[in-house]
Amino acid sequence: MPKKITIEPVTRVEGHGKVTIKIDDEGKVRESRLHIVEFRGFERFVQGRPYWEAPVLVQRLCGICPVSHHLAAAKALDVIVGAGTGDGLSAVGDKMRRLMHMGQFFQSHVLHFFHLSSPDFLFGINADPAIRNVIGVIEHHKDLAVQGVMMRKYGQEVIYHTAGKKIHGTGAIPGGINKNLSIAERDLLLNGEAPLNADQMVEWSVAALNFFKAYHKSNKTLVDTFAEFPSNHLSLVRKDGALDLYHGVLRAVDTNGKRILDDVDYQDYDKYIEEEVRNWSYMKFPYLKHLGKEKGWYRVGPLARLNVCDFIPTPLAQKEFEEFKAYTHGKPNNMSLHYHWARLIETLYAAEEIRNLLKDPDLQNEDLVVKGEKLNKGVGVIEAPRGTLFHHYEINKDDQITLANLIVSTTNNNEPMNQAVNHTAKSFMNGQKEITEGMMNAVEVAIRAYDPCLSCATHALGQMPLEMKLVDSNDNVIDTKNK
Amino acid sequence: MNNTIKFKIDGKEIVAEMGKTIVEAAKENGVYIPTLCNFPGVPPKGGCRMCTIKINGRFMTSCTTPAAAGMEIESDTAEINDLRKSIIELLFVSGNHFCPACEKSGNCELQALAYKYQMMVPKFPYSFPLKEVDASSPKIIKDQNRCVLCQRCMKTIKTEDGERYFAFENRGDKLEVILDPELGQKMTDEIAKLAMDNCPVGSIIQKEVGFVEPIGTRKYDKEPIGTDIDV
Ligand code: SF4
Ligand code: FES
Repeated sequence: MPKKITIEPVTRVEGHGKVTIKIDDEGKVRESRLHIVEFRGFERFVQGRPYWEAPVLVQRLCGICPVSHHLAAAKALDVIVGAGTGDGLSAVGDKMRRLMHMGQFFQSHVLHFFHLSSPDFLFGINADPAIRNVIGVIEHHKDLAVQGVMMRKYGQEVIYHTAGKKIHGTGAIPGGINKNLSIAERDLLLNGEAPLNADQMVEWSVAALNFFKAYHKSNKTLVDTFAEFPSNHLSLVRKDGALDLYHGVLRAVDTNGKRILDDVDYQDYDKYIEEEVRNWSYMKFPYLKHLGKEKGWYRVGPLARLNVCDFIPTPLAQKEFEEFKAYTHGKPNNMSLHYHWARLIETLYAAEEIRNLLKDPDLQNEDLVVKGEKLNKGVGVIEAPRGTLFHHYEINKDDQITLANLIVSTTNNNEPMNQAVNHTAKSFMNGQKEITEGMMNAVEVAIRAYDPCLSCATHALGQMPLEMKLVDSNDNVIDTKNK
Repeated sequence: MNNTIKFKIDGKEIVAEMGKTIVEAAKENGVYIPTLCNFPGVPPKGGCRMCTIKINGRFMTSCTTPAAAGMEIESDTAEINDLRKSIIELLFVSGNHFCPACEKSGNCELQALAYKYQMMVPKFPYSFPLKEVDASSPKIIKDQNRCVLCQRCMKTIKTEDGERYFAFENRGDKLEVILDPELGQKMTDEIAKLAMDNCPVGSIIQKEVGFVEPIGTRKYDKEPIGTDIDV
């Protein structure tokens, strides 16, 4: 009789997921599904609110990368207040936001690598969960743990000085920014007491990358084959093809590197992207319209971004990028665990960008806000740490929001995460009828590579709490296992 | 004739001109008594009860009671402060006060009082009333979710001819302070700003200026409410 295995992470409010794996009589995996329950009430309850509240209100969706929502909403409202799309802001407005964004990228990527993923690399994915967690890292690799904490702190300081608060600030306002960076703030971030300064962050980012590369070298088979599958890749890219996490055009490539979305203006995102609803998941499945549901799904996030862009505009990260590209002979990289590699290259890029921006005198300018003729619709797209993030607002003549549509990064990665779980299940579980710790860990690692919001919610203080259920074809529970 | 009087608040001697209310007299002597509905230049009416004190053992509102010689007043005591905290909590649960996304956060007297009296979470059940937002004026938004019915706008925001921009509507638990739709259309930027400033909470918000003032520079970011009075 076919069995259904359910892995159910018990989570806090912002994300709830469970994995169901259907196994037939021989123990062959028939299909796997990742169910994510995402609370999407924000789109409803911003309706009727004055538009300028959106960047401050909607960022409450997330406690890990609220800056992305804050900035995506502000970018949409720039369009509404007539400040154009992306390039209409004053230099200080644009650069303060970029600095804020880089601070957030840095802290979020660092959090993911040091707190969530490094235990898997340091102890192996089959290690005892009692050690394989951030506490284990602190005990056994103290220097690394301290680095992680200090890097995260630095990123949050950057956010604090640009957004006004480390979490849920108000810095970005429609048409610009509400403060510039004082000389004192600049000096603190650029040349602050060690280790909290820009040079140290660049150095540590290089070290983190080397740590991963060494791991990769001695675990090649695992890192290269784990949840490796072909897909399309989508991200923002600067008009000249450079990696740009704050602004650009939408570009997508297929698994062979062929352009399938050619640098389009994201104000028209709904002409190119559609979202499919499937009855077993609350989270929608976005895809490229012209390719259809079957072929049009894509990956987003660090791996996708490095597959899509042509180069990285900072020297150290560019060097790493070249090595990364050479590994797949310039072709798109489809290996799920290479998300970690890409994420660390982006971390280095963010550190270099922070250092460059801090040296830019435009940050002390006074012309904070630009406004023009008001429009009733605006779309803001940004590359959040976890991938492309869309915010779309429409307002009435009284300045109240009448429509909000958000496609968050984790939603964009919905199908890829399902694919990753399916591939992992097939290679780790086929022929087995018992749930092993290793199977559960492998699925957990596959999900974590994509850094979905739910993994933050569940994994911050150790293992992802999992409940695994064996269910027969009539959905009767025949076995349960917790960890 | 000597028209100064002496009385005591929490044991401290207060010297004041005859005819002053207790709140005024206390303020002049460096003693902060919390207020909300009371507003300089407007006759006091004792609406919100924030300024409750005990005079010779009896609860009174200090914004409406004239100071008299020899009064023994208790104000900053555990009992009275707890009462004040309850009033703040009641105000929070009877509206929809969502500070995180409110433009007035940091400049809001209700929020500042909640901090001062250390409200963690209200002990009363939230009533989550269904309230409207009137955004029809080109200059302001009147958000009923946040109105505490203090009447400060009604009494202070007027046209040159003395016409009121704001007025009561309905009764009982439906009571609301609304903006006159016609006057709302003709509002100037100056009036809009004054209305926003005079409202103790975020019920009157000037359009187009949301979040222009950064966190850290707002009134109560710098010092808790009452600090400027207390010595
Ligand atoms: S709008 Fe403000 S000032 Fe007017 S009654 Fe309501 S809370 Fe008081
Ligand atoms: S301030 Fe005295 S009753 Fe409101």
